[in-house]
Amino acid sequence: MSTLDAITLSVLQAALQQVCDEMDLTFSRAAFSPVIAEANDRSDGIYSAVDGSLIAQGSQGLPVFVGVMQYSTKTVIEMIADGRCLPPAPGDIYIVNDPYLGGTHLMDVRFVMPVYRAGKIFCWLSNTGHWPDIGGSVPGGFSASATAVEQEGLRLPPVKLFKKGVLDPEIYAIICSNIRVADQRIGDIRAQAAALLIGQDRLNGILDRYGDETVTDAIAELRRRAAEQMRANISAIPDGTYRSQAFVDSDGVVNEPLTIALAVDKKGETLTFDFSGSSKPCAGPMNSVLATTLSSVYLAMRHIFPDVPISAGAFEPLEVKRPEGTFLDARYPRPVSGCAAEVSQRIAEAVFAAMVQALPDKVTAAPAGSSGNFALGGSDPARGRDYVMYQISGGGYGGNSGHDGLTNGCSTIGISKSPPVEIMEQAFPVLYRHYALREGSGGAGKHRGGFGLAYEVEILRGEARASFVMDHGRFGPQGALGGKDGQPNSVTVFRNGEQHVPPHLSKEQDIPLKAGDRVRVGTPGGGGYGDPRDRDPDLVARDVQLGYYTADQARKLFGS
Amino acid sequence: MEENFSAEPPVPPGSVVAGIDVGGTFTDLLLIDGGNGGRVHIAKTPTTVENQAFGVVAALGATGFAIGGIDLIVHGTTTTTNAVLERRLAKTGMITTRGFRDVIELGRRTRPQPYGMTGTFVPVIPRNLRLEVSERVEASGAIRTPLDEAEMREAVGTLVAAGCESLVIHFLHSYANPAHERRAAEIAAELWPNGYITTGHALLSEAREFERGVTASVNASVQPILERYVGRLRKELADKGYVRDFLIMNGNGGMISARFVTRESAKTVMSGPASGVIAAAYTGRRAGFENLVTYDMGGTSTDVALIRNAEPAVSNEIEIEYAMPIHVPMVAVHTVGAGGGSIARVDAAGLIQIGPESAGANPGPICYGRGGLEPTITDANLVLGRLAPKKLLAVDHPVTTERVTGIFEDRIGKATGLSGVEAAGAVLRLGNMKMAGAIRMVSVSRGHDPRDFALFAFGGAGPLHATALARELGLPRVLVPARPGITNALGCVVADLRHDFVNTVNQPVAMLDESQLHQVLERHRNEGKELIAKEAVKPEAIRVTHSADMQFVGQTHIINVPLPSSSVTRDELQALFEKAYFARFKVELPEIRANLVNLNTSVTGVRPAIDLSRLIDPAGRAKTLDEARREIRPVWYAGRWHDTPVYIREKLPLDAVIEGPAILEQMDATTVLEPGDRARSDADGNIIIDIGEA
Repeated sequence: MSTLDAITLSVLQAALQQVCDEMDLTFSRAAFSPVIAEANDRSDGIYSAVDGSLIAQGSQGLPVFVGVMQYSTKTVIEMIADGRCLPPAPGDIYIVNDPYLGGTHLMDVRFVMPVYRAGKIFCWLSNTGHWPDIGGSVPGGFSASATAVEQEGLRLPPVKLFKKGVLDPEIYAIICSNIRVADQRIGDIRAQAAALLIGQDRLNGILDRYGDETVTDAIAELRRRAAEQMRANISAIPDGTYRSQAFVDSDGVVNEPLTIALAVDKKGETLTFDFSGSSKPCAGPMNSVLATTLSSVYLAMRHIFPDVPISAGAFEPLEVKRPEGTFLDARYPRPVSGCAAEVSQRIAEAVFAAMVQALPDKVTAAPAGSSGNFALGGSDPARGRDYVMYQISGGGYGGNSGHDGLTNGCSTIGISKSPPVEIMEQAFPVLYRHYALREGSGGAGKHRGGFGLAYEVEILRGEARASFVMDHGRFGPQGALGGKDGQPNSVTVFRNGEQHVPPHLSKEQDIPLKAGDRVRVGTPGGGGYGDPRDRDPDLVARDVQLGYYTADQARKLFGS
Repeated sequence: MEENFSAEPPVPPGSVVAGIDVGGTFTDLLLIDGGNGGRVHIAKTPTTVENQAFGVVAALGATGFAIGGIDLIVHGTTTTTNAVLERRLAKTGMITTRGFRDVIELGRRTRPQPYGMTGTFVPVIPRNLRLEVSERVEASGAIRTPLDEAEMREAVGTLVAAGCESLVIHFLHSYANPAHERRAAEIAAELWPNGYITTGHALLSEAREFERGVTASVNASVQPILERYVGRLRKELADKGYVRDFLIMNGNGGMISARFVTRESAKTVMSGPASGVIAAAYTGRRAGFENLVTYDMGGTSTDVALIRNAEPAVSNEIEIEYAMPIHVPMVAVHTVGAGGGSIARVDAAGLIQIGPESAGANPGPICYGRGGLEPTITDANLVLGRLAPKKLLAVDHPVTTERVTGIFEDRIGKATGLSGVEAAGAVLRLGNMKMAGAIRMVSVSRGHDPRDFALFAFGGAGPLHATALARELGLPRVLVPARPGITNALGCVVADLRHDFVNTVNQPVAMLDESQLHQVLERHRNEGKELIAKEAVKPEAIRVTHSADMQFVGQTHIINVPLPSSSVTRDELQALFEKAYFARFKVELPEIRANLVNLNTSVTGVRPAIDLSRLIDPAGRAKTLDEARREIRPVWYAGRWHDTPVYIREKLPLDAVIEGPAILEQMDATTVLEPGDRARSDADGNIIIDIGEA
């Protein structure tokens, strides 16, 4: 350690970060899937040769992947060690998407590559990309009613997709025979591999310049210091137990809410997260695998302390008790397609709701917290072809100690943009009747929640089936410290001149529609922060002037 | 505007040209007297924030040159940039498609940073001034609901009554069929008290309602402000005897008559940064460096751009701040949020971090003596002997170097076991390293070999860091122009007339109709030539360049491929794209077809060459290097002090070769040569530094 001064350490921290950032950039720019290229639904990182623990991760990676890849990398290392996986060689890249082997849902496909120095594995590079389809019963993979993982798509254990730098045509053929729109997958596979290779080049540059030993020492020291930094943040929190609950509307199959019960115990420099008392594993796809549950806690804590660099060290003082026997620790063959997009956000909401009591200046009231997946699959008679359209949308953020919540913000676990209406109407036989700020949806508070989105889509031609995987339909995002909840999500389908509200409110699969039928969605507003009666009357008046609330609503919500 | 055009006397082919750049702090002027062997006049006066015209006139006055004797004034302005960033905008209303008034407030569901669920956003036009009318065009361009003209009139009336000065008409799919926007604009024109009416499709005829809507809204809400400013400046100049047309620098790096500029005001928001890049391209071409990474370091931010084959990269997708996209062709300048004022601190993990907090201009670095107490990059340069205390331009109450060193020791050194000087060295090294990383992300990491590029360093602080950055980035050379501190003004002097055109094609290459493609490019060429013919400045030649934005079918990102001519064939397009794609990603995809997204053309009216050889007066050059030496002082490089000669840049003999370590000081910039570097001058007075082995 003696050779490592503060300067070298700081420089290497920045250098390793840049390697990951450059991998992120390459992956997005070269990718075909708009989910990766536009929505940045991908992440890249560097992992320990010994146990796969996270060394550094790209700052523009999708937040939900913040901790996940270290578990899949660890699994690969273990499976190689006990012979369940072929041993690695330079140039090999493993592919894996098994949720139960340290994953999320099947659509998140990981590549894992060893980096060799002097004939030995120095570290692993890994990335995850959300593929637009992975087979299964529903195009795109977001089934609202699957009851087993086999219905959700192709499940790959770690296998070598690239052998000594060469794509294995047999494995590639198996993949292509099992997924939709296979003709473009080669582009994403090449992009995903190119990102790792560029990372390897950059990393080798750093190792050549600073020496393998110095970098190894620095990695250990950086990990230790990240842990210290997180501990310093935690120690400022008053000792005690902070409890919260959050609810998933239903699992999509059984129409009952799922409860996330959380107790955060703060003692000294450690936070312990205990989810016992949460609902049992569910029949539908709203189960979470352990890696996703852990990652959801980490990403919520990173939203609270964005200054701590992402590394395994930062997670050390966060102890998550394995929530055995609950839907947050799903085992084979429980369906899991909703875990990355929805359950993860409810877990984060539970963390926010507990921590805002302890850190009122750092934590916001609950954000909308749904990816708002609305999928429409149909055929367009005018073009003579089938289509699958995805509308993802944002919602209001929670008020916080300094400001009102942001309007139409991205999901808690994402950083992606929603598609423009004009592009959607070009590509699909639909017409948006409105795409607007959802008035009145922000939860009242001293600092009110941001507003959700209101849109209505009409089918112009042909027949189609609508599916929804959203959440917060039953209860709105929680207010904090006396603030009120934001308005819940709402879905209404107009067909055959009748209104239909999904029995599960925010989830339903394959609702048949035809030309002239319409789908109306209102996304949740953010929770309010602080007592609404403490809101500056000038701000209340301004909100009325701008049409955010009616005068009546303002009187009721904010008193005065 | 256009109607007075015939009244403008033609400008004689550039004998006396003045370039004026209004920056945040200073107004810079560069006047080149072509009739007098290229004699140069320079002025730097404080920017007058309330009315930039006063500062401009003051700068002109400071040269002593009679304003009436100037043939052409070219002006770079931050009027519109500041108006947007500070939201000091004209009261503007919007009339839009029923159901869609919130588009510019909703954005594309984003947040300002990946982590941290907070942030604020203020739309350019407030919600109560955004009105809806019945009308609807489909994506195909077919009219679904006709424009309700009575509603339109009523909406216009409401906005007039509300006191709006400027109006945006923004309808869905107007890029596919602008009929409704055009008709609505006719109706509005009958009722609107002035000509400030912007239609969405006029500036940007592309799909994406948020981006087009924001671009149009920015245009409308800065139009009256720019027009007033241009009017004031015209009057001030006329009072001083300058009655000719003057030109304004546009964000695309070309200049345009002040008579025409306000119609597309949004294009001026990158006026200043674009002129710096134009100056770099011009200087580089004369010096024989056609591939440059430009690096303009200021107090709070740093601008970086890429120049290939002497052409600055142009982008249609600039975002000037969070959720504020301006989608018109502009020089692709990337702003990195780090500058001389970036603050260094030790975090809870005991690691040194630079930024993102900045001391800005107020209080500024400690050494500015305005009450700043946080150590910054600029302060580190001072402590390390790179910057001489007397070279600081904006000091209120001088602070001693000892005191600044002491603060480094307190704030950085104690927690890291470093002395004050070592701490400053660490801050500088880390600052350079992070800056290099940010530059790499927007330049060489995009598939370019750094060895083909030189770093063009300008701005007050660019040359201080240039050699260290070039080393970090693997660029073999640094080019420091003769007058780094007035590079933007030089850009105004040398800029050409320029018009850019974009047409969306969005078809697989294999299905393209070649003759249609050729027609589009020909039309671009002709329109550009016509526009240039209207200018009072007559160019020496017309240069037309074409490029294509391409991708593989199914992708969303594009890469720009220069085209050899307007009569390009499908096969050539395919081959050019595959080559460019491989260069960028090292990936070949023979399985997948290429797609042509956009055809771009820029038409440039090339002005006569301007002689830069007297930017530094040759008569002031010393005979020997020793005569140019000001002092020898200790400067900290790589962990220890070196006795370092300090030269007066203006006195350096043109044929001198300088071995690092050395410091070159001039009025408004300091250049650092590290040990191993070797510098020489060229005929224009540029310093070219070969970076030594680390």
